[in-house]
Amino acid sequence: MSAVAHDLSSAPPAGWRGLVTDWSSDRQAFHVAWGKAMMWFFLLSDTFIFGSFLTGYMTVRTSTTVPWPNPSQVFALHVGGSDVPLLLIAIMTFVLITSSGTMAMAVNCAYRRDRVNAAALMFVTAAFGEMFVCMQAFEWTKLILEGVRPWGNPMGAAQFGSTFFMITGFHGLHVTAGVIYLIVVAVRLLRGRYDGGNYQIVEIAGLYWHFVDLVWVFIFALFYLW
Amino acid sequence: MTTGTGQQHPIGLYLKIWALLFVLSTLSYGVDYFHFHGILRWTLIVVFMLLKAGLIVAVFMHLAWERLALICAILLPPLCLLVLVGLMASEAGHTHLTRLMFFR
Repeated sequence: MSAVAHDLSSAPPAGWRGLVTDWSSDRQAFHVAWGKAMMWFFLLSDTFIFGSFLTGYMTVRTSTTVPWPNPSQVFALHVGGSDVPLLLIAIMTFVLITSSGTMAMAVNCAYRRDRVNAAALMFVTAAFGEMFVCMQAFEWTKLILEGVRPWGNPMGAAQFGSTFFMITGFHGLHVTAGVIYLIVVAVRLLRGRYDGGNYQIVEIAGLYWHFVDLVWVFIFALFYLW
Repeated sequence: MTTGTGQQHPIGLYLKIWALLFVLSTLSYGVDYFHFHGILRWTLIVVFMLLKAGLIVAVFMHLAWERLALICAILLPPLCLLVLVGLMASEAGHTHLTRLMFFR
């Protein structure tokens, strides 16, 4: 192969054709499956989207002269005669972490070629994800009924609503997409679509799911606890 | 274009990390529940956040076992976001000061 590369008589083509050959001539930087590398790059781009959202949130929160609503009180739940701060958010956090755990086990099963258990654990993961989305819908409803809007709210700085709906909404959209993705892969796994090759698609789907959990770690710390 | 073996790790490792994530989440919830304030609060929140993020990326997403080329390609670009955060923090501070002077 190196003999071909050093053979001057077969000089690489120029122009657009050259561009294509240069980018496709058996060079490989990442020794992982193509789908896995592409999922990582997608997640990298998503990191920048969420990073920019959170930076924007930091900017408006730091620069406003109106007091920021206290998340500890805004997201409190009335349980047993007293307000428990951030209760729903804490439960949502635990639900998402649990789903990450079941996803990791699904990946483990997939590599042991135990496709029934892998698919079952993926369905469990999707169910936890859906539970998360439902609790988020409940939280949105509660805040909207309390008068929180993207342009203002009765508790304090107007920017609270816009950043809240934008950041949690975009994250919720990711969870919803993840639930659909997991169900599609699990059904295909059960139907034997991947039996010809390996079950690495489960690990790739898992990467996406863990990323959704990862983003929530940052939202939980920076939006709800800050 | 596959490595063939893939990422196979003992299930006990996943369970340990899972338990650790539960503990860390409880601790970060405790920061709010027990009303820590000031620099202690921010330090604890950020430390717990980074520990959780590190565990998820390293173990659940298997980055700890990937080759250095992929690790660098994934972990280095987000550092640009720190530059953005730094720029916007100073910008926000400036905006805050001018608002205090003219719009109060």
